[in-house]
Amino acid sequence: MSNSMVETASQIERRVMPDKTLGQIVVDNPRVSARNVDVFYGDKHAIDDISLDIGASQVISFIGPSGCGKSTFLRCLNRMNDTIDKCRVEGEINIDGRNIYDPLIDVVSLRARVGMVFQKANPFPKSIFDNIAYGPTIHGLASSKVELEQIVETSLQRAGLWEEVKDRLDQPGTGLSGGQQQRLCIARTIAVSPEVILMDEPCSALDPIATAKVEELIHELREQYTIVIVTHSMQQAARVSDRTAYFHLGKLVEVGDTKQVFTNPKHELTQDYITGRFG
Amino acid sequence: MTDQSTKNLSPRQASERVALTIKARKRKESQFLFIGQSAVAVAIGFLILLFAGILSKGIPGFFQHYVTLEVQLDAAKLDPTGQMTIESLSQGDFDGAVRDSLYLALGNPEGRKAKRDARKLISSGSSQRLMTYVLNHPQQMGSTVAMKFAVDDDVDSFLRGFISRETSEADRRISDLQISYIDILDAQNRLSYEISDYLFFGSASRDAEMAGIFGALIGSLFTLLVCIILAFPLGVGTAVYLEEMAPKNRLTEIIEININNLAAVPSVVYGIMGLAIFISVFGMPRSIPLVGGIVLALMTLPTIIISSRAAIRAVPPSIRDAALGIGASKIQTIVHHVLPLAMPGILTGTIIGMAQALGETAPLLMIGMVAFIVDVPTGVTDPGTVLPVQIFMWADFAERMFVQKTSAAIIILLAFLVSMNGAAIFLRKKLERRW
Repeated sequence: MSNSMVETASQIERRVMPDKTLGQIVVDNPRVSARNVDVFYGDKHAIDDISLDIGASQVISFIGPSGCGKSTFLRCLNRMNDTIDKCRVEGEINIDGRNIYDPLIDVVSLRARVGMVFQKANPFPKSIFDNIAYGPTIHGLASSKVELEQIVETSLQRAGLWEEVKDRLDQPGTGLSGGQQQRLCIARTIAVSPEVILMDEPCSALDPIATAKVEELIHELREQYTIVIVTHSMQQAARVSDRTAYFHLGKLVEVGDTKQVFTNPKHELTQDYITGRFG
Repeated sequence: MTDQSTKNLSPRQASERVALTIKARKRKESQFLFIGQSAVAVAIGFLILLFAGILSKGIPGFFQHYVTLEVQLDAAKLDPTGQMTIESLSQGDFDGAVRDSLYLALGNPEGRKAKRDARKLISSGSSQRLMTYVLNHPQQMGSTVAMKFAVDDDVDSFLRGFISRETSEADRRISDLQISYIDILDAQNRLSYEISDYLFFGSASRDAEMAGIFGALIGSLFTLLVCIILAFPLGVGTAVYLEEMAPKNRLTEIIEININNLAAVPSVVYGIMGLAIFISVFGMPRSIPLVGGIVLALMTLPTIIISSRAAIRAVPPSIRDAALGIGASKIQTIVHHVLPLAMPGILTGTIIGMAQALGETAPLLMIGMVAFIVDVPTGVTDPGTVLPVQIFMWADFAERMFVQKTSAAIIILLAFLVSMNGAAIFLRKKLERRW
């Protein structure tokens, strides 16, 4: 019978990709504004002509099936793709009105402004204190030891970790639990006072309680930072983000207010994905 | 219908067939286990045999026979100008002083042959030994002191029983008269068998009883010093550049293959290169630790580069991402995070490379470090030799005592190699356990 609820993958593949992104790609007060971005890994066309604005003080989540390019696009925003040899980025990404792919732009200062939290918590094999203090030290943010200690304390407090670790700052960061390590990494990122924080599936390796803590943290940080989060959890996207962007096969299919995307998606691919028909 | 043949087996049929194969599989497993265990047993057996052989031959090499004589330190004879300097003492007749004390102990033998036989009982280095003593103890001048002098290597061999009394006089290297003298000295309890100071503090010598490894050891140290100063920074730098910075293209691929191949080039080839380039083209002197160190550095570079690259590659990429993600530059990422984490592996590779260099002979023969050098080198540009080359040279000498000293020197070299490898393991464990 053809009206079965379960569709095969080939039927979904036959769905038409939109010519251009559905929904509102432009926002009033953009902090990041990407225009016509293409990314190639060697011959592979990983990102196909994506344009998207990300507003200041908002959380945007990128969702989509594996291999759709959401992480790739995220890594374009602080040029982490530079570390991949065969990766080539075309188009323009402006942060505060300057194209970050301009040859005159210094990657080091860009990454100080656009921090990143990775999928797997990756604290340095150093003490908790040194983990947080590393960024401010290399960027010369603290003029004295007292000031550095102040930065470490506020960063840990903002990451909600201070109470748990204040008595063992000299212990290795790798000795913390998975959830604590991820919050340590977030604290390390905010210690250099970035404008934008990129999070690449920050909760994928965490249990629900640790996930809830990180989400709570994202809620608190949204006031001050622009947060871009890649997630495989639809519920998480719905919970934490103001806007949601749906990626499919390297294209940005649809973007809009989270509520609208989840209740009234414009494209049937989005509809299928968020209702769990594939993905 | 062909249905039956294409159908899968039923679970029952399948388990019957599996049961058939299990026996054969288990047999193969136990066969391999047996081969492995017997290989380990054979290896341990040979190891024990090797160590037993080296130790039983080498331990006596650490000892030699000495004769105690009372020497009269007569200022008029030993220090004719009375200044107590090397110049004035070298005018003195130390030979005579030693000789007189020996004649006295033997009851003043008469005749030229008797005196000559008596003189040949003790090492020809005895006068030098006495002079050094006088230089260090000038206040003893004028008194009579009891001193230990090494016996000649033939006498030593006789005392060890390698030369038999029963052999006819013409066939042995020691005369009947000398044997009677040895008996006299022995009766006076003048002969002693103790740890050889010449072995540890002596230099190359044609006289077996005076030969020692000190000069070679210092030469080895200077050579290794030059080697590590050149090879470590160059090797680690190369590894960092190739692993972290260099674009992955045809050229770096070729370089990588060549480095791997260089690790397998026979070491003598490096010696030929050192001879052709450093000595012939650049005109550096032969036999000096500087050239030896450069040649050994070139030889150990591939080892250091390969192990450093492996260690750097083993650092998880997430650490690099973390550092780059908060805005560390490439060099900061490498120096602050990658290298400290890779250091145990790098140090292990370096120490093993150094141990390899310490034991190397062939390339050093090519650049002339095989020369017979009595003076202990005082710098990297003084002619010298190294431990393995010293062993190589001693192994060439016919005297019985050199055989023992060769074994003793091999034990010393082995001890150095074992302790260097031990240091490598220790460092790796210590640095790895930091967190």
